Amino acid sequence: MKKKLKKLMITGLAAVLALSVASCGTTETATETASETESNEQTTIGFIFVGAKDDYGYNQAAYQGSVAIENEFGDQVKILRSENVPETSEATRVLEQMIQQGATILFPTSYGHLDPAIEAANNNPDCVFFHQGGLKNTDNVGTYFGTIWQAYYLAGMAAGGVTETNQLGFVASFPISQVLANINAFELGAKAVNPDVTTTVIFTGSWSDPAAQTTSATTLIDGGADVIAQHQDSTKTVIELCESRGVKSVGYHIDASELAPEGWVTAAIWNWDDLFVDMARTAIEGNFDGSIYDGMYRGGLAEGIVDLAEFGQCVPEDLQAEILEAKQAIIDGTLNPFAGEIKDQAGNVKVEAGQILTVDEVEAIDYLVEGVIGSME
Amino acid sequence: MMIETLLSGAIGSGTSVLYAINGEIFSERVGVINLGMEGCMIVGALAAYAGAYAAGNPWIGVLCAMAAGGVIAAMHAYLVISRKSNQLATGLTLMFFGLGIAAFFGRNYVSASVTGFQKIPVPLLSSIPIIGNALFNQDALTYLSYFLTPALWLLLFRTKFGMRLRGTGEDENVVYAYGVNPTVMRYIGVIAGGMLSAVGGAQLSIAYTHTWIEGMTSGRGVVAVALVVLAGWSPSKALIGAYIFGGAQALQTILQQQGVNISPFLLLMLPYVFTLVALFVASRRQKQSMPAELKKVIESSSG
Repeated sequence: MKKKLKKLMITGLAAVLALSVASCGTTETATETASETESNEQTTIGFIFVGAKDDYGYNQAAYQGSVAIENEFGDQVKILRSENVPETSEATRVLEQMIQQGATILFPTSYGHLDPAIEAANNNPDCVFFHQGGLKNTDNVGTYFGTIWQAYYLAGMAAGGVTETNQLGFVASFPISQVLANINAFELGAKAVNPDVTTTVIFTGSWSDPAAQTTSATTLIDGGADVIAQHQDSTKTVIELCESRGVKSVGYHIDASELAPEGWVTAAIWNWDDLFVDMARTAIEGNFDGSIYDGMYRGGLAEGIVDLAEFGQCVPEDLQAEILEAKQAIIDGTLNPFAGEIKDQAGNVKVEAGQILTVDEVEAIDYLVEGVIGSME
Repeated sequence: MMIETLLSGAIGSGTSVLYAINGEIFSERVGVINLGMEGCMIVGALAAYAGAYAAGNPWIGVLCAMAAGGVIAAMHAYLVISRKSNQLATGLTLMFFGLGIAAFFGRNYVSASVTGFQKIPVPLLSSIPIIGNALFNQDALTYLSYFLTPALWLLLFRTKFGMRLRGTGEDENVVYAYGVNPTVMRYIGVIAGGMLSAVGGAQLSIAYTHTWIEGMTSGRGVVAVALVVLAGWSPSKALIGAYIFGGAQALQTILQQQGVNISPFLLLMLPYVFTLVALFVASRRQKQSMPAELKKVIESSSG
């Protein structure tokens, strides 16, 4: 009995080792891409990503931002990157490892990297952390994010204008506020151009389970939806499936129009380049404390952080013009996707006429709007 | 319409699990539990994707998957058969090893597009109302699974070779007395099992989703190990287990799509609740059909 227990423990240890070897490997190889030249003035910046840098989605958008920093500062910076970093204490370990390699500015780019990052930040008060999407911050951890729902509203207008069945589909991940806000904005935008349109949502319970995405999108298409949007980390599976089934698709995170030459509508996309460069500059020059990034920074269409991708060939030109007009109105502040009156699925008024939700209120949305089919509670 | 969607969804998301259940049956029939089927599946999913990408032919991908899954299973076989290490702990280790190594080597394939298996409707049959589209408008690996399941059953229960395999799992001394080397039979069963599971992984990556992404098996290999009990260690009943699981997966998306007022969190549990209920129902007869050598493994691990 005792001997067996020992054996079990040894094998368990081996399991842990195998795991850490695998993730270490990822870190080391990723660092090879960093610039080779060293100089005294060089600042080291560390990026961790929850997935792969070329996932046609969330991580690719953030990765492009890291490349922008490299291009802007050249030899002045050395970039360390680590992909597939889980949202656990493993993230703390990778961040600490980067700090040991000299990193003083760190970008934990996934929502669930926040707590591990705060732990690493508390151990290293001299380093500056920029966390993507976090809802809390500390002395040396600032968070940044974009009001992507503005772009979802515009994408909804495009989808509402091109649908023939008046049924839109939405492959969502989890019913959390960030996701609910995007679904709601999408339906509100669609309704702005087409009052009869509904959006049917299916939650997959995962950020990236391609089989669940396939089953969900297939169910939506079989049910009559002819434009499919999504809130998933990697957008490739759903877009390619839509293209092969002959229905239209709305992307997310980055422009993936090359995957769907026929059915591409548009996408709500991130444009981190300028923001990342500016955040990096602020930190390199030692001006982080008290800057706009020392806290919870949020920017949108006006700041150029979120945007709408190029339209596909199926979007008629007059509709394109109408959407671009709405985009300008949002930038000017004369149009807000979450301006009342807005009702929830049960018909209760959630936003009174004349009232406009603040960014904080949108980030705390806990209902689906009228016209969305699906349950979230 | 809904019944059609349910059936095609059940087969679409059940087929990868079906391969994995059949794989685990082979392993357990020779008296070896392989908890590492998830690992075999995920390396299979990656190898298939990489193979299909490099060769431009999905069948090459399937061969690569079988090779990769076979290697992981061979590691399991060596450790538990020749080195007598603990089967449960070794299997778990290899599961994490497979997930890690696939994530590492798969980095360059995330954005790659492959020519995978496309859906091929069978003339006439695919136009049968209700079941036609679900059963007969599928990809090649799904069609293969229709034939493979009865073939595996015949192999296990109607051939001399199958009897030797099963005999190894029941009582190795008898097989030994019969002039068959039980160690060789065990290696064959475990490695063949890993290869089958890897084809399940290939079905996920190059037939069902046309995607490679790390961790894409999402526990399907683990569920398969549980469903072997439900299948009573027989390929004929593996079909039932796999399609119940796949069907529950499809059913929960349909309920969401219909706007049924149930929490998505509860609906997402549905496939696992179905599996648990099925295991409960099957629990009465499992003692009789479990291979005897397997009982030893389980008793020694818990004692």
